[in-house]
Amino acid sequence: MIGNLPFVACMVLIALGFWTLLFKRNLVKLVIGVGLIESGVNLFLVALGYVRGGVPPIYTYAPAGAPMVLPTPQALTLTSIVIGLATTALMLAFAVVIYRHKGTLDARKIRELRG
Amino acid sequence: MTVVVRTIARLLFPVALAFGGYVIMHGHLTPGGGFQGGAVAASALAMVLVAFGPSRLKDKKGLLSALESLGGTAFVVLGFLGLGVTFFANVLAGSHGLFGRPVPYGPNPGDLNTAGTLPLMNWAVGFKVLAGLGAVVLLFALFGGEDDR
Amino acid sequence: MSAHIPILAIAVPLLGGFAVPLLAKLHKGLRDAWALLVVLFVGACVGYVAVHVFTQGLWVYVLGARHPQETLAPGGFPIRIMLVVDGMSAFMGVIAGLLALVAFPFALRFLPEEEGKSLALTLGLLLLAGILGMAYTGDLFNFFVFLEVTSIAACALIGFRTWTSRAPEAAFKTMLLYSLSGLLFLLAVAFLYGEYGALNLAYLARELRGTFVDRLALGLFLAALLMKAAAAPVHFWAPDAYGEVPAAKALLLVVNTQVSLYGLWRVLFTLYGGLWDAGVGWLVVALGLLTMVVAAFMALVQTDLGRLVAYGAVSQIGYMMLGVGVGLVSLAGRPEYGLVALKGGVFHMLNDALTVGLLFLCVGAVEWTKGTRDLRELGGLGHGLPEVALCFLLAGLALAGLPPLNGFASKILIYQGSFRLSPILTAVAVLASILLLAVFARAFQGAFLGPKAEVPNRVPGVFLLSMAVLAVGLLVLGLVPGFFLEGVVTPAAEALWRGRALYLAAVLGG
Repeated sequence: MIGNLPFVACMVLIALGFWTLLFKRNLVKLVIGVGLIESGVNLFLVALGYVRGGVPPIYTYAPAGAPMVLPTPQALTLTSIVIGLATTALMLAFAVVIYRHKGTLDARKIRELRG
Repeated sequence: MTVVVRTIARLLFPVALAFGGYVIMHGHLTPGGGFQGGAVAASALAMVLVAFGPSRLKDKKGLLSALESLGGTAFVVLGFLGLGVTFFANVLAGSHGLFGRPVPYGPNPGDLNTAGTLPLMNWAVGFKVLAGLGAVVLLFALFGGEDDR
Repeated sequence: MSAHIPILAIAVPLLGGFAVPLLAKLHKGLRDAWALLVVLFVGACVGYVAVHVFTQGLWVYVLGARHPQETLAPGGFPIRIMLVVDGMSAFMGVIAGLLALVAFPFALRFLPEEEGKSLALTLGLLLLAGILGMAYTGDLFNFFVFLEVTSIAACALIGFRTWTSRAPEAAFKTMLLYSLSGLLFLLAVAFLYGEYGALNLAYLARELRGTFVDRLALGLFLAALLMKAAAAPVHFWAPDAYGEVPAAKALLLVVNTQVSLYGLWRVLFTLYGGLWDAGVGWLVVALGLLTMVVAAFMALVQTDLGRLVAYGAVSQIGYMMLGVGVGLVSLAGRPEYGLVALKGGVFHMLNDALTVGLLFLCVGAVEWTKGTRDLRELGGLGHGLPEVALCFLLAGLALAGLPPLNGFASKILIYQGSFRLSPILTAVAVLASILLLAVFARAFQGAFLGPKAEVPNRVPGVFLLSMAVLAVGLLVLGLVPGFFLEGVVTPAAEALWRGRALYLAAVLGG
């Protein structure tokens, strides 16, 4: 059961993220919602690659024959974190520009483009 | 910011940069690499921004964008180096030249002079991330109004 | 050197994009020449790849291996990132290359220097690299990375004109949808990785057993890629994005949605092709019908020429989904009409690229001369801009699917195929086409007819050249579709229809 805890945690994170996206109207909170989903997915990837009692895959003092944690999901997670950083920075930059133009971050009040 | 913060920022700035460089340099041996090291180095820039305000770094935007383009270009060019074999092939590994020593077998403290093009790519990515993140933080700071205490 | 051409098509625009800001510091003319050179090179590469693939079969290129065709690592497991170009990928690459060749010369003249021209060129080249990466890759995670490259580049292109208040809003909305779509895709990839321990598309396709997790992953793939392709329930970002991006760069966004659809076909036909499920095909058909009808109705009420064309573009996505969806439904029994509809859907991707591309160029030309795109202010431009008016008319009629233009050539195939499955599908599709005809008749009348309006700026020659290339393509594809249908579209459709075994064999051997 305790071994499934990371998976439960990432499902909770993803659900929280979707809840934020659906029910929050502040642009910065929407960005946070995307960030929550992203953390959930990243945690899921890392948890997939864990081997009980494994050593890190880049440890040069690893004893011969010791089980190693899968390196691929860690590489995937890292890539995904980097991409997430770029998207978050871009979205926040747009939020700042929107605030400068409209003076508010409320998604209901800024809508010029509709229909 | 106060004198205390500014003095400590002055002291820590080279240390943070050096630590970033260390993380980049050992990217092929220890956890870390170009992105992480670049992020650490960019945190040094962020510290300077917090301590001294964005006005001091305002004219560095051109430099940062040039450095970022240079890092990106270098990374792709390193990929092109492998074209004699395949794109991204590690032509320097095992060549006994730059970063070309064979990887030692068995438990060992790690040899910096291995892994071929990977350390060079780490440096390219490191500079790109340092410049890119630095530019992002700088732009956000400049957005935030002209508060320059 | 010619062995490396597929990767050069991706790496050169990447390098070109990174080098543009450096060259801009040296000399502006040098930067423009460089961007043109890169796009020409990419066009040549995708053309070469297409000819090679159509004549000699699949082209596999493994990155970082000892030689480009070494797909399996010692142990018989495909561990490296690889490019696998089959007929459909090559077809998609040709569409991307063609539109880039048309869009970049136009953009070089269209974008003002003081409004971030270097930035727009960089982002355009990065977007192109991402699109070609998505089209050529044979690795699911690599596909995700290129998906995000296109997302970030596209949204930065939409929002970089920060001095307008609408562009950042459109960009934020689009980025939210794009990043959500990317994360859903990554979650699906993670599910498959957790179950089979691999990321290679061909390997996963062979191993897939149709468990509950596989079906969950399929649902996530569908949601992610349809979201990015602007299919009906989540199409609302597309008009904003197309409307706010500089008109010359809208062409690349059109290819971006198409390549997301291509990714969906790749997932449905190659990855899940062994586990046939009519329900998924019907879902694609239903969403396709919804997309075309909703978008056509929304286009009726638009007053902004850019948004009107954008809704027209979204409705065309519905036709592609209908054609390929009918093919998917009939995949198990493999009746011939399934292949006809599939061919129509695939052909329509090329036609849509040309038609919508031409419409956006016309919108750009109108904006360039009059400084506005509001239909309530426009009118009478036909006297001053007869060439633009003619192109707009041609493209509008092609979009509505009137003979003898190219839209008719592909829509008739879709109608034929879908009619055999159910006449209701065809009826809805024809209805949407009639609506689109009304839309573009109104738009043409509003913008180009009426009392003569003075035209402050002349249309530059390069605009007309770009538009002429697409207009000639429209006519040629409409008048002699047989040649392209046999030479280009059929191999692409066959790659989806029967090509799965070849795809797997090319990567995994045997």
